[in-house]
Amino acid sequence: MTYQFDWSVLWSGQTGTWLLQGVLITLELSGLGWLVAIALGVVSGALRTVPVAPLRWLAAAYVEFFRNVPLLVWMFFWYFGMPPLLPTGLREWLLDHGAEFWAGVCALGVYHGARFSEVIRAGIRSIPKTQLEAALSTGLTVTQAYRLILIPIALRLIVPPATNETLNLLKNSSVALTIGVAELTFQTRQIEAYTAKAFEALAAGTVIYLALCLAIAAVMARVERRVAIPGMIAQGQSGEA
Amino acid sequence: MDFRVIADNFSFLMLQGFFGFGDFAGGTLRLALPAIVLGFLLGLLIGLARLSNSTWLSLPAKIYVEFFRGVPLVMVIFWFWFIVPALLGRSLPEYSVALTAFVVFEAAYLAEIVRAGIQSVPHGQVEAATATGLSRTPMMRYVILPQALRNMIPALVTQFIVLLKDTSLASIIGYVDLTKAAQIVNNREIRPFELYLFIAVIYWLCSYAMSRYARRWERSPGHGAV
Repeated sequence: MTYQFDWSVLWSGQTGTWLLQGVLITLELSGLGWLVAIALGVVSGALRTVPVAPLRWLAAAYVEFFRNVPLLVWMFFWYFGMPPLLPTGLREWLLDHGAEFWAGVCALGVYHGARFSEVIRAGIRSIPKTQLEAALSTGLTVTQAYRLILIPIALRLIVPPATNETLNLLKNSSVALTIGVAELTFQTRQIEAYTAKAFEALAAGTVIYLALCLAIAAVMARVERRVAIPGMIAQGQSGEA
Repeated sequence: MDFRVIADNFSFLMLQGFFGFGDFAGGTLRLALPAIVLGFLLGLLIGLARLSNSTWLSLPAKIYVEFFRGVPLVMVIFWFWFIVPALLGRSLPEYSVALTAFVVFEAAYLAEIVRAGIQSVPHGQVEAATATGLSRTPMMRYVILPQALRNMIPALVTQFIVLLKDTSLASIIGYVDLTKAAQIVNNREIRPFELYLFIAVIYWLCSYAMSRYARRWERSPGHGAV
């Protein structure tokens, strides 16, 4: 092997800025995608346990359709498939304002929303039924019981599987490079293309992903300890989807 | 919307893209099936190494698993795509690169399934096997693994679904799977909505059918009654 290592390509010239920009875009993309995913996941996960059958079917249809199709296909679908169906004005506006980024947020949010939904459903299912009955007997409506009692408890129970899903979302944000979002993997490839130093560029990207994952896992471990409900710790782990 | 584009290109999308018969060395199934088999064999070795009493075996296995679970699959595919030519001095076909990347990556997840499966076998089985005079290797082979494998089947099916969906990422290095086939047709026909919706439905049918199967297996009577 005659490969000449040159680690200085990672900070000489523009490459350092590119890596930093890549990390920021990855974090923005994952952060916004995460918010969409949590919102969709909580709503659809809760709906899957309510005593109204049509609502359960609707939520189940959303989950089963979106999580059984590859994320890459959703990226293409939102980026290439949807815009031609939009009104011309909106389409042009989107193309001027980073359509690929918003398509990436949509794809990540909707796909991982379906996966979060399973986690949250498992969380709600693990709460003893008596909680709902007690809430209803104090005069709360079903909606209030979910909003004030069941969902808050479920969110405290599901921290470990939700951490897992969050890390999956962060790693999956790399798929957005296929529709041209300039996130970390995209910048890694750009550095490789400009410097022809594949090993250094990929090593930098890999180390950054590992560091981000470890950092998120460490933060979530603290969160888990803070929000843990005494005596119910073991049930939180059963929500693996 | 005009779904005739699907009918016109149906055999290219399905035969070439999904099954892998045609002019290109491609196919979703031709990548996914060997990848799950080889990935499972590698995962079995790593999973067994992780449970070994020797730190020399368990620590490298742990590092392997934690490393690949912390890195995006796209990154792993690019590693093999760029590094293998640098090491070998010549480029490899997309199929070999994609298959290697998937086997190495999935083995980390499959090793965890193997480990969980082995740990799910009640400890009394180990004691009973020891009492009958079996040493460690035959005990693993004849007593623990057969039961563990049965416990693993739902998780293995689920992982195969994940793998089947992940093979769409092989299209980014030019491997002609179902996703790439749709891209190729789309470049000619410019019908993105119809084409991507169609492949979404195909992936969905495969994944959903298998997940129903896995769920039925989990519920089947007799399962877990070891």
